[in-house]
Amino acid sequence: MLAYLVHRLVLALLTIWAISVLAFVIIQLPPGDYITSYIAQMSASGGAVSEQEAEALRREYGLDQPLWVQYLRWMRQVVRGRFGMALEWKRPVSEVIGDRLWLTMVVSVAAILLTWLLALPIGIYSAVRQYSVGDYLATFVGFIGLAVPSFMLALVVMYLGFRYFDLSIGGLFSDEFVDAPWTLAKAWDMLKHLPLPALILGLAGTAQLIRIMRANLLDELRKPYVMTARARGVPERRVILKYPVRVALNPFASTIGYLLPYVVSGSIIVSLVLSLPTVGPLLLKALVAQDMFLAGTIVLLLGVLTVVGTFLSDLLLMWIDPRIRMEGRR
Amino acid sequence: MDRSAHPDGGPAIAPPAVPGVLRAPSPPGGGALEVEPDLAAGAVEERISVATQWQLMWWRFRRHRLAMVATAIVAAFYAVVLAADFLAYAPPTASEAQRSLLPPQPVHWFDAGRWRPHVYGFTGVRDPLTLKRVYTPDPTKKIPLRFFASGFEYRVLGLVPARVHLLGVADGDAEATLFLLGTDEQGRDLWSRLMYATRTSLTIGLAGVGLSLVLGVLLGGVSGYYGGAIDTVIQRVIEILRSIPTIPLWMGLAAALPNDWTVGQVYFAITVIISLVGWTELARVVRGRFLALREEEFVMAAELAGCSQGRIIVSHLVPSFLSHIIAATTLAIPAMIISETSLSFLGLGLRPPAISWGVLLQQAQNIQALAISPWLLLPAIPVTVVIIAFNFMGDGLRDAADPYGQ
Repeated sequence: MLAYLVHRLVLALLTIWAISVLAFVIIQLPPGDYITSYIAQMSASGGAVSEQEAEALRREYGLDQPLWVQYLRWMRQVVRGRFGMALEWKRPVSEVIGDRLWLTMVVSVAAILLTWLLALPIGIYSAVRQYSVGDYLATFVGFIGLAVPSFMLALVVMYLGFRYFDLSIGGLFSDEFVDAPWTLAKAWDMLKHLPLPALILGLAGTAQLIRIMRANLLDELRKPYVMTARARGVPERRVILKYPVRVALNPFASTIGYLLPYVVSGSIIVSLVLSLPTVGPLLLKALVAQDMFLAGTIVLLLGVLTVVGTFLSDLLLMWIDPRIRMEGRR
Repeated sequence: MDRSAHPDGGPAIAPPAVPGVLRAPSPPGGGALEVEPDLAAGAVEERISVATQWQLMWWRFRRHRLAMVATAIVAAFYAVVLAADFLAYAPPTASEAQRSLLPPQPVHWFDAGRWRPHVYGFTGVRDPLTLKRVYTPDPTKKIPLRFFASGFEYRVLGLVPARVHLLGVADGDAEATLFLLGTDEQGRDLWSRLMYATRTSLTIGLAGVGLSLVLGVLLGGVSGYYGGAIDTVIQRVIEILRSIPTIPLWMGLAAALPNDWTVGQVYFAITVIISLVGWTELARVVRGRFLALREEEFVMAAELAGCSQGRIIVSHLVPSFLSHIIAATTLAIPAMIISETSLSFLGLGLRPPAISWGVLLQQAQNIQALAISPWLLLPAIPVTVVIIAFNFMGDGLRDAADPYGQ
């Protein structure tokens, strides 16, 4: 068990390191550096920066140092929670990101919870009533969910909502709560807005999970112990729920590992369509404006949070699956 | 005679005089068709035991009806890729402010009871209140359609100059009068642009998958064949890559592409970016097959017979997992297409004047645009259809890749 834990932890740390390098690459990639953008920003607003001043600034920010030194300096700042300045807003990056990072995670986690909530009963139903109308329906909806990219689904849902129900779908809060401080009422308002984006984001994952659940449960149901239980007169509901479902449940925890990065990815682009106040629109804006500190920070934080989420799901898997828990003892 | 043994249970006809076994080996897909039904069970079994691996795969694949239909759809899409110029009737960049956001023109097939396909002409005026152009069809102005009409000049496969197009109008030029799927904000014909977009999006899918394939086979093969420390390192790299949210990463990389790059350069760069992550799944498949096959008796036999490592890989291992790779590759293409579409939709992938599905969908990004011109969402249909088709085709191939499996 300890070996498994250490293995996952080391891997998570390695991943975080890789993400930090990639985020740094993204910051460094565009031609010019922070000072070039700063000068451009200044001259756009009427100010001027002389050549000497620019040099002084470069030295101050350490931009004349080799790349790896710059990386280490940046990491030191990041670990202290200082992410630099967002050019366009002229405010610290952390302030600009604010709630948005957490809202991204709230939306993503909600999508995964909804995925579970839907996939579990539908998966069981599809397996127990194999080849029934409901089973075919679930398969069909599942294929649509797999094939349609989530942003296109969001577009279609938005259009249908507008066209036939005269609803403007989008946002995560009602108008009166957008800029309001956090209260219970605001949280409740958000909960009411969550299901639709969560459903759009989670549909592809749900489809996959239903298929896995159905296949696993079908395998389990054919095993002799199920027949034994039936032969002994155990009620059907108990026969199915007591053991086969529990065994088939495994992928629910183990799929977070790839579901979470996928959903977080999707949330970026779906947020743009549905104008959700997550980091998605902010990231796009930052990239278009070449505000690389903001963009790099968002990529870094999203990546780190995803890795942490995946690690937590590993712990969950360990708790659910005795085969992993007992591994070290053999 | 045991009919149930027949893969497709065709109608009973007298068995052919010459058993299928004795026939000359037929290429997969060709001769197998007429041999297949109606052999005695024994003959069927014998035929299976002498069939080549590709024949077995083809027989299995053919049983998968959905996969066959999907394959036909995919083939049709790639026909569009080849014949985009022929199927379009207007140059994709021909714009005209006087016909911006024109709704799709319905085609009227009959005129006074006779087969004469035509569309109505239209007049457009700007609404003084909403500043939106309003178009009214003019039923008195019938514009007859012509098939194989002459239109703008293009080169067939980039070589032979030609002017013939599938559709056109009787007299005058199609680009000014014919708008089957309406126009976008710049007044460009959506149907013609969709044809060219199909070309871009589907080839970028292939190119991306090609690049992923090289990486995946190379790294997966090394990982699976040598094992040990190399395997561990490559596996960890794959795990790390898979746990990073890809879209923000792609966005960051794509945004760094210089603005003055040509369409071709951006196309290539985007292909590289999307295959950076796409190779991991292929590498896993290849590694898995290598690990499984390494233990097989025929590999050990080859080793004992003194085959070199290169020979074992090329003539013993590769043929046995090639089919799996083809299946995995087919399943990887839709992901590539979605990636490109997503990036271009965000404005970070291909950018105008390049035309791809994502570039077209970018115009339908907000509810205002959708409310006024819902037809701009039409490119979503080919995206969905081709992705579903690739998925079914890949599923069928994956099942068929294992001829002895159930």
